[in-house]
Amino acid sequence: MASLNPDRRMQIYGALLMLPAAVLLATFAYLPTIATLINSLFLPGFRGEPASFVGLENYALLIEDDTFWQVARNNLFYAVGTIPTSIALALGMALFVNARLPGRGFVRMAYFTPTILPMIAAANIWMFFYAPQIGLFNTLLEGIGVPGVNWLGDPAVALSSVIVMTVWKEAGFFMIFYLAALQGIPPELEEASNLEGTSRWSFFWRVTFPLLMPTTLFVLINALINAVRVVDHLFIMTKGGPNNATNLLLYYVYENAFSFFDRTYAATITVVILLVLAVVATVKFTVLDRRTHYQ
Amino acid sequence: MKPRLPLHIGLLATAGLLSAGQALAQDASQDPVQLTMYYPVAVGGALTDVVDDLVEDFEAEHPDIDVEAIYAGNYDDTRVRAMSAIEAGEAPQLSVMFSIDLFDLIEQDVIVPFDDLVETEAEQAWLDSFYPGLMENGRLDGKTYGIPFQRSTIVLYWNRDAFEAAGLDPDQPPETWEEMAAMGAAVHEATDGEQWGVMVPSTGYPYWMFQAFAFQNGHRLMSEDGTEVYFDDPAAVEALEYWVSLAEEHEAMPDGTIEWGTLRQNFLEQSTAMIWHSTGNLTAVRNAAEFDFGVAMLPMKTQRGSPTGGGNFYVFKDTSAEEKQAAMTFIRWMTAPERAAAWSIETGYMGVSPAAYETEALRDYIETFPPAAVARDQLEHSTAELATYQGGRVRRALDNAVQAALTGQMTPAEALAQAQREADAALRRYAR
Repeated sequence: MASLNPDRRMQIYGALLMLPAAVLLATFAYLPTIATLINSLFLPGFRGEPASFVGLENYALLIEDDTFWQVARNNLFYAVGTIPTSIALALGMALFVNARLPGRGFVRMAYFTPTILPMIAAANIWMFFYAPQIGLFNTLLEGIGVPGVNWLGDPAVALSSVIVMTVWKEAGFFMIFYLAALQGIPPELEEASNLEGTSRWSFFWRVTFPLLMPTTLFVLINALINAVRVVDHLFIMTKGGPNNATNLLLYYVYENAFSFFDRTYAATITVVILLVLAVVATVKFTVLDRRTHYQ
Repeated sequence: MKPRLPLHIGLLATAGLLSAGQALAQDASQDPVQLTMYYPVAVGGALTDVVDDLVEDFEAEHPDIDVEAIYAGNYDDTRVRAMSAIEAGEAPQLSVMFSIDLFDLIEQDVIVPFDDLVETEAEQAWLDSFYPGLMENGRLDGKTYGIPFQRSTIVLYWNRDAFEAAGLDPDQPPETWEEMAAMGAAVHEATDGEQWGVMVPSTGYPYWMFQAFAFQNGHRLMSEDGTEVYFDDPAAVEALEYWVSLAEEHEAMPDGTIEWGTLRQNFLEQSTAMIWHSTGNLTAVRNAAEFDFGVAMLPMKTQRGSPTGGGNFYVFKDTSAEEKQAAMTFIRWMTAPERAAAWSIETGYMGVSPAAYETEALRDYIETFPPAAVARDQLEHSTAELATYQGGRVRRALDNAVQAALTGQMTPAEALAQAQREADAALRRYAR
């Protein structure tokens, strides 16, 4: 071993450092991905027969599956509804609780509380907020003389109701990242701009916001992943109904795998989701990264 | 509620004591048989405590058997938990699961028929002791795979006070579809829209409610062998049209879908005068209602009718002979008349055998609280719950149709025609 030159030794040292992470990633990310890909090329066994190889037949079925397209549209709408709103709200809340105000700690905690609640618990609470006759929202509306809405039971509003609940749940979590980033901005910048007489708006737009860009990118990717990854609330609130109005991709995967016992079709949808996410993430990192200023 | 160690800690403690005591034990074969059982709760309430208490009593009587009863969520969650455990090679020995999971469990080849477990005449007599109506969903091709445990039918709960306030006879629940629509409309009108007449839940288990409407119209939605469905039959369309008309035409029921999970609360807060719900809610309603209420059989069109529902005991294949015997002992104990009676009183679920209703406890209970007998009396008008191969897909197709019609996205005929097409596609490989 003494014959190894220092360069080589450093390389082995580096490889060993990476090994634990690489093993974990391979076991829990890459292997399942490959297994899913292979699964998607089979049809489940019929009455105890082994699964049969069918090539791309599942993908052909997927293209003709109206429910899949409806669910994909729902998910797009859900992403567009939740991501910008929760990020904007998180930033607003972070700016608010970063300023001097009485009871700041209490307000921060209040904003963060929804994040601590498990999604299932939050969904259970919101189900009673949304309940048409006995729920909070309709009782409030009634108070001002507006007729109530069947929040989760009307296909025209059900998905929006789910979005509102999600934004409420997520914004506090993203706020924490913005708050941390805001506190990392040197106070001299503000003092300098005050001397120059910069307006608060242009200070935010020219200084704070660009400095927060790395955080925004991070939050954006997290929000995107959550828009596809978190469907716990659907189990409680709507089960994807009425008539698939609130069904999202991952819930549809779950239904296929565990309600319909069609693992291979579930694998097919999963592969498509992975592909779409990979493309989006690549675009984000290449396009947005160039515009992001890291300190 | 008395404080109790979580089950797994209890088991650990037991295991610890056992290994300590092993040296003293004269015979190593006296080790208790370990059984794991998943069970669902679909109606809320403190049913987990009731099950835990029953299991504890059983273990006290049978020190040679340890049962770990794991609450696994609703029926769907329980199926997922059990199937994942089986795939991971950690199969439970028995479970309470949805009675209509039968076809899927057989197709996955994971359960054994009770006919193979029965050895003595007493056991055979036990197998024959249940209400035949409750066995329908547990039998296939002449074999019994499911033993009824937490079984229900749909019943009509009505608020007598609300009936009286609306000028209706508080002792007279609707007998027919027309009466239910008229009474519902009367309540809604009398309260200036403050209170609805009737609510039939259309999330959670819409197909189940729809089955009741269809059967009351003389129509059965599926073949007995689970390979065909008849969703687009005119009688089924008429049933769905009636359901839709309760909101659209009669203004007796609110628009849109009605949530299964909050419906009991709606009834308790008197936002509706009547609900259709599982009889499994009976005790919870009784304990919380601050008004006078009654329970009745569902109204009829051409006949009375409700599907049965709920959970059965299954025994899994990957189980040793000794464990199967222990599982049999446990299931027989749990379904014995006295336990069935106690379970029925605690929950509202049905006593699963005629003998349960002959026990003193349940007889006395029904005398003081007659609604407890309605589910049983309705049993003679019952039909099997919708169960087919590819059950998840088929039920989802029907659920979607019901919700599409109720929310006005499609007419009942269109919606059911689409559900029929989807179900036919799912079942195409199974036609015999």
